[in-house]
Amino acid sequence: MRAFVTAVFAFLYLPIALVVLFSFNAGRHASEFTGFSVQWYGTALSNPFLVEALKNSLFIATTSALLAAVCGTAAALGLARVGARTRAVFDGLLGAAIVVPGVVIGISTLVALVQLFAVVNPFLASIWPGDQPPKLSLGYGSIIAAHGLFSMALVTMIVGTRLASLDRNLVEASSDLYATPLTTFRSIVLPQIMPAVVAGFLLAFTFSFDDFIVAFFVAGAQTTLPIYVFASIRRGVTPEINAIATIVLVASVLLVVLAQWQLRQRKPSN
Amino acid sequence: MSAGIGAVSMHGNRFRHNFLTALLLAPATAWLVVFLVLPFIAIAVFSVGERAPEGGYQAAFTLAQYANLPARATAFWNTMLLAPVGALACLLVAYPVAYYLALRAPQRWRLILLALVVIPFWTSLLMRTYAWMYILGGRGIPALLAFIGIEDVRLINTPGAVLLGIVYGYLPLMILPIYVSLERLDRRLLEASADLGATPLSTFLGVTLKLSLPGVMTGFSLVMILLLGEYLIPTLLGGGKVFFIGNALVDLFLQSRNWPFGSAIAITLVAVSVVVLIAANRISTRVSGARRVDLI
Repeated sequence: MRAFVTAVFAFLYLPIALVVLFSFNAGRHASEFTGFSVQWYGTALSNPFLVEALKNSLFIATTSALLAAVCGTAAALGLARVGARTRAVFDGLLGAAIVVPGVVIGISTLVALVQLFAVVNPFLASIWPGDQPPKLSLGYGSIIAAHGLFSMALVTMIVGTRLASLDRNLVEASSDLYATPLTTFRSIVLPQIMPAVVAGFLLAFTFSFDDFIVAFFVAGAQTTLPIYVFASIRRGVTPEINAIATIVLVASVLLVVLAQWQLRQRKPSN
Repeated sequence: MSAGIGAVSMHGNRFRHNFLTALLLAPATAWLVVFLVLPFIAIAVFSVGERAPEGGYQAAFTLAQYANLPARATAFWNTMLLAPVGALACLLVAYPVAYYLALRAPQRWRLILLALVVIPFWTSLLMRTYAWMYILGGRGIPALLAFIGIEDVRLINTPGAVLLGIVYGYLPLMILPIYVSLERLDRRLLEASADLGATPLSTFLGVTLKLSLPGVMTGFSLVMILLLGEYLIPTLLGGGKVFFIGNALVDLFLQSRNWPFGSAIAITLVAVSVVVLIAANRISTRVSGARRVDLI
Protein backbone atom coordinates (compact mmCIF):
# COMPACT_ATOMS: atom_id res chain seq x y z
CA MET A 1 0.00 0.00 0.00
CA ARG A 2 2.86 2.37 0.75
CA ALA A 3 4.18 1.92 -2.76
CA PHE A 4 0.77 2.75 -4.18
CA VAL A 5 0.43 5.86 -2.01
CA THR A 6 3.93 6.98 -3.00
CA ALA A 7 3.01 6.51 -6.64
CA VAL A 8 -0.16 8.59 -6.21
CA PHE A 9 1.79 11.45 -4.62
CA ALA A 10 4.29 11.26 -7.45
CA PHE A 11 1.37 11.37 -9.90
CA LEU A 12 0.03 14.48 -8.13
CA TYR A 13 3.30 16.37 -8.07
CA LEU A 14 5.46 15.23 -11.01
CA PRO A 15 3.48 17.08 -13.71
CA ILE A 16 3.64 20.31 -11.70
CA ALA A 17 7.34 19.76 -11.07
CA LEU A 18 7.89 19.25 -14.78
CA VAL A 19 6.22 22.55 -15.65
CA VAL A 20 8.38 24.33 -13.07
CA LEU A 21 11.52 22.61 -14.35
CA PHE A 22 10.85 23.47 -17.98
CA SER A 23 10.08 27.07 -17.16
CA PHE A 24 13.85 27.27 -16.62
CA ASN A 25 14.62 25.54 -19.89
CA ALA A 26 16.80 27.49 -22.29
CA GLY A 27 15.26 25.64 -25.24
CA ARG A 28 11.70 25.71 -26.44
CA HIS A 29 10.63 22.08 -26.22
CA ALA A 30 9.47 19.69 -23.55
CA SER A 31 11.41 16.80 -25.06
CA GLU A 32 14.81 18.30 -24.37
CA PHE A 33 16.24 20.31 -21.53
CA THR A 34 18.96 22.34 -23.16
CA GLY A 35 20.23 24.37 -20.24
CA PHE A 36 19.20 26.58 -17.34
CA SER A 37 17.78 29.98 -18.15
CA VAL A 38 15.32 32.49 -16.72
CA GLN A 39 14.72 34.10 -20.11
CA TRP A 40 11.07 32.97 -20.26
CA TYR A 41 10.32 34.85 -17.06
CA GLY A 42 11.73 37.95 -18.74
CA THR A 43 9.61 37.33 -21.84
CA ALA A 44 6.52 36.81 -19.73
CA LEU A 45 6.97 39.86 -17.54
CA SER A 46 7.76 42.16 -20.47
CA ASN A 47 4.51 41.18 -22.18
CA PRO A 48 2.19 44.15 -21.51
CA PHE A 49 -1.02 42.13 -22.03
CA LEU A 50 0.11 39.57 -19.51
CA VAL A 51 1.12 42.15 -16.93
CA GLU A 52 -2.23 43.90 -17.41
CA ALA A 53 -4.07 40.58 -16.90
CA LEU A 54 -1.98 39.87 -13.81
CA LYS A 55 -2.81 43.28 -12.32
CA ASN A 56 -6.52 42.74 -13.03
CA SER A 57 -6.43 39.35 -11.36
CA LEU A 58 -4.65 40.70 -8.28
CA PHE A 59 -7.14 43.57 -7.97
CA ILE A 60 -10.18 41.30 -8.43
CA ALA A 61 -8.87 38.62 -6.05
CA THR A 62 -8.00 41.14 -3.33
CA THR A 63 -11.31 43.00 -3.54
CA SER A 64 -13.54 39.94 -3.72
CA ALA A 65 -11.66 38.20 -0.91
CA LEU A 66 -11.84 41.29 1.32
CA LEU A 67 -15.57 41.69 0.71
CA ALA A 68 -16.09 37.97 1.27
CA ALA A 69 -14.07 38.00 4.51
CA VAL A 70 -16.10 40.91 5.94
CA CYS A 71 -19.56 39.79 4.77
CA GLY A 72 -18.87 36.10 5.42
CA THR A 73 -17.65 36.76 8.97
CA ALA A 74 -20.67 38.98 9.66
CA ALA A 75 -22.94 36.26 8.29
CA ALA A 76 -21.30 33.58 10.45
CA LEU A 77 -21.77 35.79 13.54
CA GLY A 78 -25.37 36.48 12.54
CA LEU A 79 -26.13 32.81 11.88
CA ALA A 80 -25.00 31.93 15.41
CA ARG A 81 -27.85 34.12 16.67
CA VAL A 82 -30.79 32.80 14.65
CA GLY A 83 -33.16 29.85 14.98
CA ALA A 84 -32.70 26.45 13.41
CA ARG A 85 -35.08 27.10 10.51
CA THR A 86 -33.42 30.32 9.30
CA ARG A 87 -30.08 28.59 9.70
CA ALA A 88 -31.16 25.67 7.54
CA VAL A 89 -32.25 28.03 4.75
CA PHE A 90 -28.89 29.84 4.85
CA ASP A 91 -26.93 26.60 5.03
CA GLY A 92 -28.76 25.37 1.94
CA LEU A 93 -28.04 28.54 -0.02
CA LEU A 94 -24.39 28.69 1.08
CA GLY A 95 -23.95 25.01 0.21
CA ALA A 96 -25.46 25.67 -3.22
CA ALA A 97 -23.10 28.61 -3.78
CA ILE A 98 -20.18 26.24 -3.18
CA VAL A 99 -21.39 23.09 -4.91
CA VAL A 100 -23.04 24.45 -8.09
CA PRO A 101 -20.51 24.10 -10.94
CA GLY A 102 -18.78 27.33 -11.96
CA VAL A 103 -20.17 27.10 -15.46
CA VAL A 104 -23.74 27.39 -14.10
CA ILE A 105 -22.81 30.23 -11.72
CA GLY A 106 -21.13 31.97 -14.67
CA ILE A 107 -24.03 31.76 -17.11
CA SER A 108 -26.75 32.53 -14.58
CA THR A 109 -24.85 35.62 -13.37
CA LEU A 110 -24.31 36.67 -16.99
CA VAL A 111 -27.99 36.29 -17.86
CA ALA A 112 -29.20 38.08 -14.72
CA LEU A 113 -26.76 40.98 -15.06
CA VAL A 114 -27.47 41.54 -18.74
CA GLN A 115 -31.20 41.69 -17.95
CA LEU A 116 -30.55 44.01 -15.02
CA PHE A 117 -28.39 46.36 -17.13
CA ALA A 118 -31.09 46.42 -19.82
CA VAL A 119 -33.45 47.92 -17.24
CA VAL A 120 -31.03 50.09 -15.25
CA ASN A 121 -29.07 51.72 -18.10
CA PRO A 122 -32.06 53.40 -19.86
CA PHE A 123 -33.28 54.52 -16.45
CA LEU A 124 -29.90 56.06 -15.60
CA ALA A 125 -29.84 57.73 -19.00
CA SER A 126 -33.26 59.25 -18.43
CA ILE A 127 -32.45 60.79 -15.05
CA TRP A 128 -28.84 61.79 -15.79
CA PRO A 129 -28.48 65.56 -16.17
CA GLY A 130 -25.30 65.52 -18.31
CA ASP A 131 -24.58 64.21 -21.78
CA GLN A 132 -22.81 61.02 -20.85
CA PRO A 133 -24.82 58.97 -18.36
CA PRO A 134 -22.99 56.19 -16.51
CA LYS A 135 -23.47 52.90 -18.30
CA LEU A 136 -23.26 49.70 -16.28
CA SER A 137 -21.55 46.82 -18.05
CA LEU A 138 -19.79 43.54 -17.36
CA GLY A 139 -16.26 43.90 -16.05
CA TYR A 140 -14.44 44.19 -12.73
CA GLY A 141 -17.66 44.56 -10.77
CA SER A 142 -19.37 41.47 -12.16
CA ILE A 143 -16.28 39.26 -11.71
CA ILE A 144 -15.81 40.48 -8.14
CA ALA A 145 -19.48 39.84 -7.33
CA ALA A 146 -19.51 36.37 -8.90
CA HIS A 147 -16.25 35.32 -7.22
CA GLY A 148 -17.42 36.86 -3.98
CA LEU A 149 -20.47 34.59 -3.94
CA PHE A 150 -18.39 31.42 -3.66
CA SER A 151 -15.82 33.09 -1.39
CA MET A 152 -18.38 34.51 1.00
CA ALA A 153 -20.03 31.11 1.38
CA LEU A 154 -16.62 29.61 2.04
CA VAL A 155 -15.68 32.21 4.69
CA THR A 156 -19.08 31.83 6.38
CA MET A 157 -18.57 28.07 6.68
CA ILE A 158 -14.97 28.27 7.92
CA VAL A 159 -15.70 31.02 10.47
CA GLY A 160 -18.98 29.31 11.47
CA THR A 161 -17.09 26.10 12.29
CA ARG A 162 -14.66 28.06 14.45
CA LEU A 163 -17.50 29.92 16.20
CA ALA A 164 -19.19 26.62 17.04
CA SER A 165 -16.06 25.50 18.89
CA LEU A 166 -15.67 28.83 20.69
CA ASP A 167 -15.27 28.54 24.45
CA ARG A 168 -18.65 29.67 25.77
CA ASN A 169 -17.36 30.04 29.32
CA LEU A 170 -15.06 32.86 28.29
CA VAL A 171 -17.93 34.77 26.71
CA GLU A 172 -20.10 34.29 29.79
CA ALA A 173 -17.27 35.18 32.16
CA SER A 174 -16.69 38.34 30.18
CA SER A 175 -20.29 39.50 30.42
CA ASP A 176 -20.45 38.46 34.10
CA LEU A 177 -17.52 40.80 34.67
CA TYR A 178 -19.64 43.62 33.18
CA ALA A 179 -17.86 43.86 29.86
CA THR A 180 -20.09 45.49 27.26
CA PRO A 181 -21.12 43.21 24.38
CA LEU A 182 -18.76 45.17 22.14
CA THR A 183 -15.83 44.73 24.52
CA THR A 184 -16.56 41.01 24.82
CA PHE A 185 -16.66 40.75 21.06
CA ARG A 186 -13.41 42.65 20.59
CA SER A 187 -11.41 40.97 23.31
CA ILE A 188 -12.85 37.44 23.41
CA VAL A 189 -14.66 36.48 20.21
CA LEU A 190 -12.64 38.31 17.56
CA PRO A 191 -9.18 37.05 18.63
CA GLN A 192 -10.49 33.48 18.65
CA ILE A 193 -12.09 33.59 15.21
CA MET A 194 -9.36 35.71 13.60
CA PRO A 195 -7.27 32.76 12.31
CA ALA A 196 -10.40 31.39 10.59
CA VAL A 197 -11.13 34.79 9.06
CA VAL A 198 -7.56 35.09 7.75
CA ALA A 199 -7.62 31.52 6.40
CA GLY A 200 -10.95 32.22 4.73
CA PHE A 201 -9.53 35.37 3.15
CA LEU A 202 -6.48 33.53 1.83
CA LEU A 203 -8.51 30.67 0.37
CA ALA A 204 -10.97 33.15 -1.15
CA PHE A 205 -8.08 35.04 -2.72
CA THR A 206 -6.63 31.80 -4.09
CA PHE A 207 -9.99 30.76 -5.52
CA SER A 208 -10.55 34.08 -7.26
CA PHE A 209 -6.97 34.30 -8.54
CA ASP A 210 -7.19 30.77 -10.01
CA ASP A 211 -10.74 30.82 -11.31
CA PHE A 212 -11.19 30.63 -15.04
CA ILE A 213 -14.70 29.49 -15.83
CA VAL A 214 -16.80 31.98 -13.84
CA ALA A 215 -14.72 34.94 -15.02
CA PHE A 216 -14.85 33.63 -18.60
CA PHE A 217 -18.61 34.27 -18.66
CA VAL A 218 -18.90 37.52 -16.73
CA ALA A 219 -15.62 39.29 -17.61
CA GLY A 220 -17.07 41.27 -20.51
CA ALA A 221 -14.13 43.10 -22.11
CA GLN A 222 -11.81 42.53 -19.13
CA THR A 223 -9.05 39.94 -19.08
CA THR A 224 -7.90 38.07 -16.00
CA LEU A 225 -4.69 36.06 -15.83
CA PRO A 226 -6.41 32.64 -16.25
CA ILE A 227 -8.41 33.98 -19.21
CA TYR A 228 -5.23 35.27 -20.83
CA VAL A 229 -3.38 32.01 -20.18
CA PHE A 230 -6.28 29.95 -21.52
CA ALA A 231 -6.33 32.00 -24.71
CA SER A 232 -2.56 31.64 -25.21
CA ILE A 233 -2.62 27.91 -24.48
CA ARG A 234 -5.17 27.46 -27.25
CA ARG A 235 -2.81 29.24 -29.62
CA GLY A 236 -0.05 26.84 -28.68
CA VAL A 237 2.16 25.73 -25.81
CA THR A 238 5.13 28.04 -25.23
CA PRO A 239 7.80 28.10 -22.50
CA GLU A 240 6.49 31.55 -21.56
CA ILE A 241 3.32 29.88 -20.26
CA ASN A 242 5.47 27.57 -18.13
CA ALA A 243 6.96 30.65 -16.47
CA ILE A 244 3.52 32.16 -15.76
CA ALA A 245 2.22 28.79 -14.55
CA THR A 246 5.19 28.50 -12.19
CA ILE A 247 4.56 31.96 -10.74
CA VAL A 248 0.86 31.18 -10.24
CA LEU A 249 1.55 27.73 -8.76
CA VAL A 250 4.13 29.03 -6.31
CA ALA A 251 1.82 31.87 -5.25
CA SER A 252 -1.13 29.49 -4.70
CA VAL A 253 0.97 27.01 -2.75
CA LEU A 254 2.29 29.74 -0.47
CA LEU A 255 -1.21 31.11 0.17
CA VAL A 256 -2.69 27.68 0.88
CA VAL A 257 0.13 26.70 3.22
CA LEU A 258 -0.36 30.02 5.03
CA ALA A 259 -4.12 29.41 5.25
CA GLN A 260 -3.67 25.87 6.59
CA TRP A 261 -1.21 27.16 9.14
CA GLN A 262 -3.71 29.79 10.27
CA LEU A 263 -6.45 27.16 10.61
CA ARG A 264 -4.22 25.01 12.82
CA GLN A 265 -3.68 27.93 15.21
CA ARG A 266 -5.74 26.74 18.17
CA LYS A 267 -5.19 29.69 20.47
CA PRO A 268 -4.73 33.37 19.65
CA SER A 269 -1.18 34.49 20.26
CA ASN A 270 -1.08 37.49 22.56
CA MET B 1 -24.69 26.99 19.44
CA SER B 2 -26.71 30.17 19.27
CA ALA B 3 -26.06 30.74 22.96
CA GLY B 4 -22.34 31.22 22.36
CA ILE B 5 -22.62 34.54 20.62
CA GLY B 6 -26.17 35.21 21.68
CA ALA B 7 -24.83 35.62 25.19
CA VAL B 8 -22.91 38.65 24.04
CA SER B 9 -26.09 40.61 23.74
CA MET B 10 -27.92 39.07 26.68
CA HIS B 11 -27.89 42.45 28.39
CA GLY B 12 -29.41 44.20 25.39
CA ASN B 13 -33.11 44.12 24.79
CA ARG B 14 -34.79 41.85 22.31
CA PHE B 15 -35.24 44.50 19.63
CA ARG B 16 -31.58 45.42 19.65
CA HIS B 17 -30.67 41.75 19.47
CA ASN B 18 -32.83 41.16 16.41
CA PHE B 19 -31.72 44.38 14.74
CA LEU B 20 -28.04 43.48 15.12
CA THR B 21 -28.68 39.95 13.82
CA ALA B 22 -30.44 41.34 10.76
CA LEU B 23 -27.61 43.82 10.21
CA LEU B 24 -25.01 41.04 10.36
CA LEU B 25 -26.91 38.87 7.91
CA ALA B 26 -27.93 41.66 5.51
CA PRO B 27 -24.87 41.76 3.19
CA ALA B 28 -24.71 37.97 2.82
CA THR B 29 -28.46 37.76 2.22
CA ALA B 30 -28.32 40.48 -0.43
CA TRP B 31 -25.41 38.71 -2.12
CA LEU B 32 -27.11 35.31 -2.09
CA VAL B 33 -30.37 36.73 -3.40
CA VAL B 34 -28.90 38.96 -6.13
CA PHE B 35 -26.17 36.63 -7.37
CA LEU B 36 -27.55 33.15 -6.67
CA VAL B 37 -31.35 33.08 -6.29
CA LEU B 38 -32.31 35.72 -8.88
CA PRO B 39 -29.86 34.44 -11.54
CA PHE B 40 -31.24 30.96 -11.05
CA ILE B 41 -34.79 32.23 -11.49
CA ALA B 42 -33.59 34.16 -14.56
CA ILE B 43 -32.25 31.04 -16.31
CA ALA B 44 -35.37 29.10 -15.30
CA VAL B 45 -37.49 31.80 -17.01
CA PHE B 46 -35.14 31.93 -20.02
CA SER B 47 -35.36 28.18 -20.46
CA VAL B 48 -39.06 28.43 -21.36
CA GLY B 49 -38.43 31.38 -23.70
CA GLU B 50 -37.37 31.73 -27.33
CA ARG B 51 -34.18 32.86 -29.02
CA ALA B 52 -34.45 36.42 -30.31
CA PRO B 53 -33.65 36.75 -34.06
CA GLU B 54 -30.34 38.54 -33.36
CA GLY B 55 -29.47 36.21 -30.45
CA GLY B 56 -30.27 36.54 -26.77
CA TYR B 57 -33.74 36.07 -25.33
CA GLN B 58 -37.31 36.73 -26.33
CA ALA B 59 -40.18 36.27 -23.88
CA ALA B 60 -42.36 33.21 -24.49
CA PHE B 61 -43.75 30.22 -22.69
CA THR B 62 -42.74 27.07 -24.49
CA LEU B 63 -41.07 23.78 -23.72
CA ALA B 64 -39.45 23.78 -27.16
CA GLN B 65 -35.97 24.32 -25.68
CA TYR B 66 -36.32 21.19 -23.54
CA ALA B 67 -37.70 19.23 -26.49
CA ASN B 68 -34.59 20.31 -28.39
CA LEU B 69 -32.17 18.81 -25.82
CA PRO B 70 -31.35 15.79 -28.05
CA ALA B 71 -29.67 18.27 -30.44
CA ARG B 72 -26.79 18.26 -27.95
CA ALA B 73 -26.99 14.52 -27.34
CA THR B 74 -23.25 14.01 -27.96
CA ALA B 75 -22.32 16.46 -25.19
CA PHE B 76 -24.82 14.84 -22.82
CA TRP B 77 -23.66 11.37 -23.74
CA ASN B 78 -19.96 12.20 -23.25
CA THR B 79 -20.63 13.93 -19.93
CA MET B 80 -23.00 11.31 -18.58
CA LEU B 81 -20.45 8.64 -19.47
CA LEU B 82 -17.17 10.30 -18.49
CA ALA B 83 -18.46 11.99 -15.30
CA PRO B 84 -19.44 8.76 -13.47
CA VAL B 85 -16.52 6.81 -14.95
CA GLY B 86 -14.15 9.64 -13.97
CA ALA B 87 -15.59 9.86 -10.47
CA LEU B 88 -15.30 6.07 -10.10
CA ALA B 89 -11.69 6.12 -11.30
CA CYS B 90 -10.95 8.91 -8.79
CA LEU B 91 -12.57 6.84 -6.06
CA LEU B 92 -10.52 3.73 -6.83
CA VAL B 93 -7.27 5.72 -6.63
CA ALA B 94 -8.38 7.90 -3.71
CA TYR B 95 -9.64 5.24 -1.31
CA PRO B 96 -6.31 3.49 -0.64
CA VAL B 97 -4.61 6.87 -0.21
CA ALA B 98 -7.27 8.10 2.26
CA TYR B 99 -7.10 4.73 4.06
CA TYR B 100 -3.33 4.93 4.39
CA LEU B 101 -3.44 8.56 5.58
CA ALA B 102 -6.16 7.92 8.16
CA LEU B 103 -5.21 4.51 9.54
CA ARG B 104 -1.70 3.53 8.56
CA ALA B 105 0.49 6.61 8.16
CA PRO B 106 2.92 7.40 11.00
CA GLN B 107 1.48 10.16 13.20
CA ARG B 108 4.18 12.73 12.44
CA TRP B 109 3.76 12.24 8.70
CA ARG B 110 0.00 12.42 8.68
CA LEU B 111 -0.45 16.21 8.68
CA ILE B 112 2.29 16.74 6.11
CA LEU B 113 0.80 14.16 3.74
CA LEU B 114 -2.65 15.63 4.27
CA ALA B 115 -1.31 19.09 3.41
CA LEU B 116 0.21 17.59 0.25
CA VAL B 117 -3.30 16.46 -0.71
CA VAL B 118 -4.91 19.81 0.12
CA ILE B 119 -2.40 21.94 -1.82
CA PRO B 120 -3.28 20.69 -5.33
CA PHE B 121 -6.98 21.01 -4.43
CA TRP B 122 -6.47 24.77 -4.10
CA THR B 123 -4.05 25.15 -7.00
CA SER B 124 -5.22 26.40 -10.37
CA LEU B 125 -6.97 23.62 -12.29
CA LEU B 126 -6.05 25.46 -15.49
CA MET B 127 -2.33 25.27 -14.72
CA ARG B 128 -2.52 21.66 -13.57
CA THR B 129 -4.42 20.65 -16.71
CA TYR B 130 -1.90 22.59 -18.76
CA ALA B 131 0.85 20.45 -17.23
CA TRP B 132 -0.73 17.37 -18.80
CA MET B 133 -1.16 19.13 -22.14
CA TYR B 134 2.55 19.70 -22.02
CA ILE B 135 3.34 16.09 -21.07
CA LEU B 136 0.90 14.34 -23.42
CA GLY B 137 1.40 16.77 -26.30
CA GLY B 138 3.47 15.98 -29.37
CA ARG B 139 6.74 17.16 -27.85
CA GLY B 140 6.20 15.39 -24.53
CA ILE B 141 5.80 11.63 -24.04
CA PRO B 142 5.19 10.88 -27.76
CA ALA B 143 8.55 12.48 -28.60
CA LEU B 144 10.25 10.35 -25.93
CA LEU B 145 8.55 7.22 -27.26
CA ALA B 146 9.64 8.08 -30.79
CA PHE B 147 13.18 8.35 -29.41
CA ILE B 148 13.09 4.69 -28.34
CA GLY B 149 11.49 3.64 -31.59
CA ILE B 150 7.78 3.75 -30.91
CA GLU B 151 6.48 6.14 -33.52
CA ASP B 152 3.18 7.96 -33.97
CA VAL B 153 1.65 7.55 -30.55
CA ARG B 154 -1.29 9.85 -30.09
CA LEU B 155 -2.10 10.65 -26.48
CA ILE B 156 -3.59 14.11 -26.33
CA ASN B 157 -7.07 14.88 -27.71
CA THR B 158 -8.37 11.42 -26.83
CA PRO B 159 -11.05 10.35 -24.30
CA GLY B 160 -8.24 8.64 -22.38
CA ALA B 161 -6.43 11.96 -21.96
CA VAL B 162 -9.65 13.57 -20.70
CA LEU B 163 -10.13 10.75 -18.19
CA LEU B 164 -6.54 11.12 -16.99
CA GLY B 165 -7.06 14.86 -16.59
CA ILE B 166 -10.25 14.24 -14.62
CA VAL B 167 -8.55 11.86 -12.19
CA TYR B 168 -5.62 14.24 -11.83
CA GLY B 169 -7.80 17.29 -11.29
CA TYR B 170 -10.33 15.84 -8.88
CA LEU B 171 -8.32 13.29 -6.90
CA PRO B 172 -7.72 15.63 -3.93
CA LEU B 173 -11.43 16.44 -3.67
CA MET B 174 -12.16 12.70 -3.50
CA ILE B 175 -9.43 11.90 -0.95
CA LEU B 176 -10.45 14.57 1.59
CA PRO B 177 -14.00 13.46 2.55
CA ILE B 178 -13.01 9.78 2.60
CA TYR B 179 -10.08 10.66 4.86
CA VAL B 180 -12.40 12.59 7.18
CA SER B 181 -14.83 9.68 7.54
CA LEU B 182 -12.05 7.12 8.03
CA GLU B 183 -10.29 9.27 10.57
CA ARG B 184 -13.46 9.49 12.68
CA LEU B 185 -13.87 5.74 12.59
CA ASP B 186 -13.84 4.14 16.03
CA ARG B 187 -10.75 1.90 15.96
CA ARG B 188 -12.19 -0.30 18.72
CA LEU B 189 -14.72 -1.55 16.16
CA LEU B 190 -11.86 -2.86 14.02
CA GLU B 191 -10.30 -4.62 17.01
CA ALA B 192 -13.66 -6.02 18.07
CA SER B 193 -14.24 -7.35 14.58
CA ALA B 194 -10.84 -9.05 14.56
CA ASP B 195 -11.35 -10.42 18.10
CA LEU B 196 -14.63 -11.96 16.97
CA GLY B 197 -12.73 -13.93 14.36
CA ALA B 198 -13.43 -11.87 11.27
CA THR B 199 -10.83 -12.06 8.54
CA PRO B 200 -9.13 -8.76 7.62
CA LEU B 201 -11.14 -8.74 4.39
CA SER B 202 -14.49 -9.15 6.08
CA THR B 203 -13.52 -6.55 8.70
CA PHE B 204 -12.71 -4.18 5.87
CA LEU B 205 -15.93 -4.86 3.99
CA GLY B 206 -18.23 -5.08 7.02
CA VAL B 207 -16.79 -2.31 9.18
CA THR B 208 -14.29 0.02 7.49
CA LEU B 209 -15.89 0.34 4.07
CA LYS B 210 -19.40 0.48 5.47
CA LEU B 211 -18.61 3.21 7.99
CA SER B 212 -16.62 5.27 5.51
CA LEU B 213 -19.43 5.20 2.98
CA PRO B 214 -20.69 8.71 3.87
CA GLY B 215 -17.24 10.04 2.92
CA VAL B 216 -17.20 7.97 -0.25
CA MET B 217 -20.65 9.21 -1.22
CA THR B 218 -19.80 12.84 -0.45
CA GLY B 219 -16.63 12.64 -2.52
CA PHE B 220 -18.32 10.80 -5.36
CA SER B 221 -21.28 13.20 -5.59
CA LEU B 222 -19.09 16.34 -5.32
CA VAL B 223 -16.71 15.15 -8.02
CA MET B 224 -19.54 13.95 -10.22
CA ILE B 225 -21.43 17.27 -9.95
CA LEU B 226 -18.35 19.35 -10.69
CA LEU B 227 -17.57 17.08 -13.65
CA LEU B 228 -21.06 17.62 -15.06
CA GLY B 229 -20.09 21.29 -15.48
CA GLU B 230 -16.46 20.70 -16.46
CA TYR B 231 -15.14 22.72 -19.37
CA LEU B 232 -11.36 23.13 -19.08
CA ILE B 233 -10.33 19.47 -19.05
CA PRO B 234 -12.32 18.34 -22.13
CA THR B 235 -11.33 21.51 -23.98
CA LEU B 236 -7.61 21.34 -23.29
CA LEU B 237 -7.07 17.56 -23.23
CA GLY B 238 -9.93 16.54 -25.52
CA GLY B 239 -8.99 19.10 -28.15
CA GLY B 240 -12.50 19.74 -29.48
CA LYS B 241 -13.07 16.02 -30.01
CA VAL B 242 -14.56 15.21 -26.62
CA PHE B 243 -17.41 17.66 -25.99
CA PHE B 244 -18.94 18.02 -22.56
CA ILE B 245 -22.10 19.85 -21.46
CA GLY B 246 -19.75 22.63 -20.29
CA ASN B 247 -18.53 23.05 -23.89
CA ALA B 248 -22.12 23.20 -25.15
CA LEU B 249 -22.92 25.91 -22.59
CA VAL B 250 -19.89 28.02 -23.52
CA ASP B 251 -20.85 27.71 -27.18
CA LEU B 252 -24.52 28.59 -26.61
CA PHE B 253 -23.87 31.55 -24.33
CA LEU B 254 -20.71 33.08 -25.72
CA GLN B 255 -20.66 32.10 -29.39
CA SER B 256 -24.02 31.22 -30.97
CA ARG B 257 -25.90 33.25 -28.33
CA ASN B 258 -28.86 30.90 -28.07
CA TRP B 259 -29.55 31.77 -24.45
CA PRO B 260 -32.92 30.05 -23.98
CA PHE B 261 -31.57 26.71 -25.22
CA GLY B 262 -28.43 27.14 -23.09
CA SER B 263 -30.64 27.90 -20.08
CA ALA B 264 -32.64 24.72 -20.66
CA ILE B 265 -29.38 22.74 -20.70
CA ALA B 266 -28.19 24.48 -17.52
CA ILE B 267 -31.46 23.74 -15.73
CA THR B 268 -31.21 20.10 -16.82
CA LEU B 269 -27.64 19.99 -15.48
CA VAL B 270 -28.76 21.37 -12.11
CA ALA B 271 -31.64 18.86 -12.02
CA VAL B 272 -29.23 15.97 -12.65
CA SER B 273 -26.92 17.33 -9.91
CA VAL B 274 -29.78 17.41 -7.42
CA VAL B 275 -30.71 13.82 -8.31
CA VAL B 276 -27.07 12.76 -7.80
CA LEU B 277 -26.93 14.48 -4.39
CA ILE B 278 -30.21 12.93 -3.22
CA ALA B 279 -29.20 9.48 -4.43
CA ALA B 280 -25.81 9.75 -2.70
CA ASN B 281 -27.48 10.79 0.56
CA ARG B 282 -30.01 7.96 0.33
CA ILE B 283 -27.33 5.34 -0.28
CA SER B 284 -25.10 6.44 2.57
CA THR B 285 -28.04 6.81 4.97
CA ARG B 286 -29.33 3.36 4.11
CA VAL B 287 -26.01 1.57 4.39
CA SER B 288 -24.26 3.28 7.28
CA GLY B 289 -26.99 5.27 8.99
CA ALA B 290 -25.03 8.51 8.61
CA ARG B 291 -25.41 11.33 6.15
CA ARG B 292 -22.87 13.32 4.22
CA VAL B 293 -19.51 14.45 5.50
CA ASP B 294 -18.85 18.17 5.79
CA LEU B 295 -15.57 19.17 4.24
CA ILE B 296 -14.84 22.31 6.19
